[in-house]
Amino acid sequence: METNQLLSYILFTPFVGALLLLVFQRDQEEQIRFFGLAISVITFIISLVVYSKFEPQNPNFQFVQKIPWISSLNVSYHVGIDGLSMLLLLLTTFITPLTLLSSWKSINKNIKEFTIFMLLLEVGMVGVFVSLDLFLFYIFWEAMLIPMYFIIGIWGGPKRIYASVKFFVFTMFGSLLMLVAIIWLAVSAGAVVGHFTTDIVELYSIGPAAAKNYQNWMFLAFTLSFAIKVPLFPLHTWLPDAHVEAPTAGSIILAAVLLKMGTYGLIRFCLPLFPSAAMTFAPYISVLAVIGIIYGALVAMVQKDMKKLVAYSSVAHLGFVVLGIFAMTQESMQGAIIQMVNHGLSTGALFFLVGVIYERTHTREISEYGGIAKIVPLFAVAFMFASLSSIGLPGLNGFIGEFLILLGSFKSPVLNSWWYTIFAASGVIFAAVYLLWMYQRVVFGEVKNPKMEKLTDMAPREIFIFGAMAVFIVWIGVYPNTFLKISDRSTAKVILQVNAPPPVNISN
Amino acid sequence: MINDFQEFNGILPFIILGAGILVSVLIEIYSSKSEKLLPWFSILVFLAAGFHSLYYAANIKVVMQNMLLTGGVPNIFHFVFNIGAAIVCLLSIDYIKKHGTYFGEYYILLQASVLGMMCMAGAKDLFMIFLGLEIMSVCFYALAGLNRKKLNANEASLKYFLLGAFATGFIVYGIALIYGSAQTTSIDMITALFPLLYKNIIFITGVILFLIGFSFKIAAFPFHMWVPDVYEGSATTIAGLFSTGGKAAAFSAIIAALSAIFRSSIHTFLPYLAAISVLSMLFGSIVAISQSNIKRMLAYSSIAHAGYMIIGLAAGNSEGIAGVIFYLTAYTFMNLGAFGIVSLIEGTGETNLELSSYAGLADRSPVLAVLLSVFMFALAGLPPFAGFFGKYYVFIAAVKANLTWLAIVGVISSAISVYFYIRIIVLMYFRETQNEFEINISNTGLLAVFISCMLVIILGITPGSVINMIASFL
Repeated sequence: METNQLLSYILFTPFVGALLLLVFQRDQEEQIRFFGLAISVITFIISLVVYSKFEPQNPNFQFVQKIPWISSLNVSYHVGIDGLSMLLLLLTTFITPLTLLSSWKSINKNIKEFTIFMLLLEVGMVGVFVSLDLFLFYIFWEAMLIPMYFIIGIWGGPKRIYASVKFFVFTMFGSLLMLVAIIWLAVSAGAVVGHFTTDIVELYSIGPAAAKNYQNWMFLAFTLSFAIKVPLFPLHTWLPDAHVEAPTAGSIILAAVLLKMGTYGLIRFCLPLFPSAAMTFAPYISVLAVIGIIYGALVAMVQKDMKKLVAYSSVAHLGFVVLGIFAMTQESMQGAIIQMVNHGLSTGALFFLVGVIYERTHTREISEYGGIAKIVPLFAVAFMFASLSSIGLPGLNGFIGEFLILLGSFKSPVLNSWWYTIFAASGVIFAAVYLLWMYQRVVFGEVKNPKMEKLTDMAPREIFIFGAMAVFIVWIGVYPNTFLKISDRSTAKVILQVNAPPPVNISN
Repeated sequence: MINDFQEFNGILPFIILGAGILVSVLIEIYSSKSEKLLPWFSILVFLAAGFHSLYYAANIKVVMQNMLLTGGVPNIFHFVFNIGAAIVCLLSIDYIKKHGTYFGEYYILLQASVLGMMCMAGAKDLFMIFLGLEIMSVCFYALAGLNRKKLNANEASLKYFLLGAFATGFIVYGIALIYGSAQTTSIDMITALFPLLYKNIIFITGVILFLIGFSFKIAAFPFHMWVPDVYEGSATTIAGLFSTGGKAAAFSAIIAALSAIFRSSIHTFLPYLAAISVLSMLFGSIVAISQSNIKRMLAYSSIAHAGYMIIGLAAGNSEGIAGVIFYLTAYTFMNLGAFGIVSLIEGTGETNLELSSYAGLADRSPVLAVLLSVFMFALAGLPPFAGFFGKYYVFIAAVKANLTWLAIVGVISSAISVYFYIRIIVLMYFRETQNEFEINISNTGLLAVFISCMLVIILGITPGSVINMIASFL
């Protein structure tokens, strides 16, 4: 196996799998489920191979493959990964089989279509993380909307149509402005290197040289697109709707991977391409991030619906990530990246557990529950574990990310103020309040609802899914170095790119 | 005067169509099985003319005493017109049978209108444009009202005729003023004289009148009023042809006549082009949201698409022209596909044209639902389908021409248009069936839609080869 083709194998395995699924009969439900799972597991195994050959000491892109695609626009199929994308790639290929497994029982209609859409979604997500050409990136970024839109719209809850259309229109609006910025960047690159280019390795040296006011506009166009995806306050309103209406598998993927595409975009494109604009806007965006942390936490506190509560907690957690990115120190950036993975695992696990209990009771109202600890002890333990991980209990993963982000933002020369850290830290306390309060109302107390008496505890399949996530939750909490060292050199490189003196300005 | 084989070869597509028309007339008169024979014969004629044009696209030659350009960009247009018309024929076979409105003239007029389009695309003289325009338009007026027992078909035909004649008046008056100031109707001569003429108010007025006339034909705001009514009243297959072939032909005429002038001094015409572009995009996208009839929705969407294409003209550079041509190619196939599916679902007597008829289509006819979704995503401009690349190319041209604001208006309008395109998908996939009508999918119709879908996907995956070919001719 040629090492530089490995990423293409990851990218095309689910795609070929989706095509092969077309030949299955609609009623071969078991076969379809197993086939989809097998394909996603194979993809995960290939990504483990990539991980085993990955050199963390090398800050440059690895496993690079470049094939010309549209010669007149100088667009090539250019893929490769560095430390930033390695972790997110692993997260994507790790979560996808788990989500397929999690929907084993809950998705009963149109299983064939569901599996096809999930695999196509995986293609889009992997594509976003491995693309080294803005044009290719944009195609995956947009194309990924289609399967997610169908997953929410077909298998979602009662208000699924509103939620799916809102999701689609919000994301599309942001990304179209990014498209103009991409074109502008590529055209202005033509003035420097002599040819139209969207290759980010080339653009890394061109973007920072653009005149300041152009940089600002392009930075804003890119950031708007990514901020909608993250979602940064006040652009978050699509998220609770999409999360609540999406099926469990959709929520897990949405929380674990899709939101990370926004923060990944910020690190990969916004900072290195437009460093001086990023410096200018960093305090403003950080303010929005901190507002997001507190606002998300406060709104989560008053939710009556468990899924909505977890959704708003995502707004708060992603606020931490954005703060970490725009504090622009090595610690905060590392914290942001590990926090992306953490959020994927913890919130993914919470959504999964909410899904587990919802499958049995068909209600997510917190007030309907109470006292289920005696009836479903295993579930109660798992739920406690996931909540604590999300709160950021030392020893579990959330603590590492939040601690690094707070540390980095505290000493950040860009932000140059303690207040960000002080307000953000209060978000940690709020997180403990809303999650533990929900936990108390759901799990402890007297059983008020007679329906709950007949609950069955987690099945082996569900224990397996949760266990897989829990292993990494503990691993990151106890020995984060395994993961931190992957991205260490790459974040250092981003910091270097941001702080490098701006090259000679080009006008327009 | 045909003096060598190459010249003959160059005009062979025209000869094929001309002969095809005459033979079709004979078939219609003498054969009792003309309803079965004519469509297939027409398809054969279109395929022969289309592929001949594409195959010999590299042989660029000016023929017929400097009246006609063969090879190069015109041949790409010939290919698009002919293949588009062939798809319309495939769709028409069962559509006409279903509605019981067979007239032999249908296929004859179809061929004649394509001949007119080809004359416009290859014109080297303003008279040739006028000739082609009239051949096409007269056929279109007749085609719109072919089902003469239907009231709104008559209305569509009359409306189309009156407004079309009005637009032609503008064009003729424009040509007269151009001739008056330049003393020639040869496009090459006018282009050569342009540096002397660009301050001549009569000449500029002539060009603007010419552009206004064609703005009617490409369905740009504020000259769009006929579009929704005509599309709604005409047969769906014919509306598909109006919105694709007719629009492409009008753009081809503008490109044939003015692309050289645009490239040397776009700023003279920029205010006009930018204004109708912005208005068309926004008006089309916003009004389409409130439509409940799918044909009217597609009509407004076609107005919006005219706006995107004008961005390419307004950019005035070779990327812009190439972008428009690519866009037209992509648009022809995705819009024909969409109209094709509408024609398959449409019941006799104007039924099943409401958007609500599409509710739950995914359960009743998964194949049509998937195909229509592809066309809707393509029209909305989502990668990896052809429509995205059309927009991408014209936006690049706009940014290169320092018209970034026009590209921004374009993307805002695209974002608005997403709403009504995905509403169709919402209906098909996320809603329950409302009225259980029977869907009889004809094999030929399905084949036509499938071919369109394949072209939309192929143009989306390998846009490079097509755009390279176009760029090499500019």
